[in-house]
Amino acid sequence: MKVLEINHCNKSFGDNEVLKDISLSVSEGQVVSIIGPSGSGKSTLLRCATLLETMDGGDLIYLGDYATKMDAEGKAQYGTPAELKAIKKHFGLVFQNFNLFPHYSVMRNITEAPILIGKRNKAEVYAEARVLLEKMGLADKEDAYPYQLSGGQQQRVSIARALAMKPKILFFDEPTSALDPELTGEILKVIKDLAAEHMTMVIVTHEMSFARDVSNHIIFMDGGVIVEEGNPEDVINHPQMERTKAFLGRFQQ
Amino acid sequence: MTTAELMSIVQQLASGMSASLLIFVLTLLFSMPLGLIVAFGRMSKWGIGKFKPLQLLAKIYISVLRGTPLMLQLLVVYFGPYYVFGISMPRTYRFVAVVLGFSINYAAYFAEIYRSGIESIPVGQYEAASVLGYSKSQTFFKIVFPQMIKRIIPPVTNETITLVKDTAMAFVLNYTEMFTLAKQIAAAQTTIVPLFVAGLFYFIFNGIVAIVMEKVEKRLDYYR
Repeated sequence: MKVLEINHCNKSFGDNEVLKDISLSVSEGQVVSIIGPSGSGKSTLLRCATLLETMDGGDLIYLGDYATKMDAEGKAQYGTPAELKAIKKHFGLVFQNFNLFPHYSVMRNITEAPILIGKRNKAEVYAEARVLLEKMGLADKEDAYPYQLSGGQQQRVSIARALAMKPKILFFDEPTSALDPELTGEILKVIKDLAAEHMTMVIVTHEMSFARDVSNHIIFMDGGVIVEEGNPEDVINHPQMERTKAFLGRFQQ
Repeated sequence: MTTAELMSIVQQLASGMSASLLIFVLTLLFSMPLGLIVAFGRMSKWGIGKFKPLQLLAKIYISVLRGTPLMLQLLVVYFGPYYVFGISMPRTYRFVAVVLGFSINYAAYFAEIYRSGIESIPVGQYEAASVLGYSKSQTFFKIVFPQMIKRIIPPVTNETITLVKDTAMAFVLNYTEMFTLAKQIAAAQTTIVPLFVAGLFYFIFNGIVAIVMEKVEKRLDYYR
């Protein structure tokens, strides 16, 4: 079963066509990295997939449930608010800037959504949150507030917050871009551990060697289209398209 | 002036103070929630194209109430029912008009303070809440509102302190609060002392307001 399917996604901001006929699918346990220059549309694609932006045209399908369905003209027809709310349970998103809730402790950041939105048992959610914090190496931080944490710690809390909702697929939008190189490593390790547990993930990143090491599939985007995709070795080490070669040229030196 | 006379003045003004206090408390009680509703209207994007009726209505409300004297507004609220609609109001309406006039005026200011607070919350907060499945009202009450409160405390303190002093304006409707009383005593006894005492009362009242607001601010200091 495909966890995520996007068919013929189109998106424009005014006259600016940001995504042109993008199709991709992600299977269970797959780790897909999306690379490409700034302005290539990769973040917009992620924002469309997580319902933060609306697609103009195309299908967006999670586990067979349609968030949007193309009509006869290819226009995206979104589901009802209730349908979209149900679909939001399928995915989680880790932001570049963490976007933790500053007025909540680490624990409340992680547990409020499962309790409030997921209507789950409080004790159970807390117990799971402690396990997650342990896993993130933050067992002693449950009462801390976001401002008391380093960027890397904040990002690990935000990963725990996303995981607490038990998503079927986790998106990362440049999860290390706001961190210095030293802190980048700790986040990449967390993502690698998740990959080892067969978490289904889609990662937008500028970390080429990380993308190569952690993913099963790499998508190179430029100018709102998928220029090249395939297994990581091929795309990163032996790109076929000129545009991909040019983009990766600096990395390969 | 003897000490006994002074004490008598202080006592009379203290009783007037309770009237001022009542105006103050009731005005805050009504204007703060009303301001939130006006702020919602002001930020409403509902409408067709550029025509956003709720936003327009809130803009007009704010510009009229900020753009005309409070004293005039009090007079309009008090005399309006009779001179505009020919309805004669009961005697108790005097006090209602004072509180109503203050409340609608302060709501306009509070609305803009709320708006500044709400609009200062980063869009990422809304996005994080949306992805986690928070509804619009959950996002507002759980995520935005508490952070807004922290940010608007200084301007709200300003407004609150201004309100303490503005209660003296009730004199235009002949409502006997402390300042009206002080003027009456000053005129009757041909002395300026009651006015000084009144000033001292306001000053102490505002000192208390400032201390309370600082406490609230400290309490919200647990996060940044």
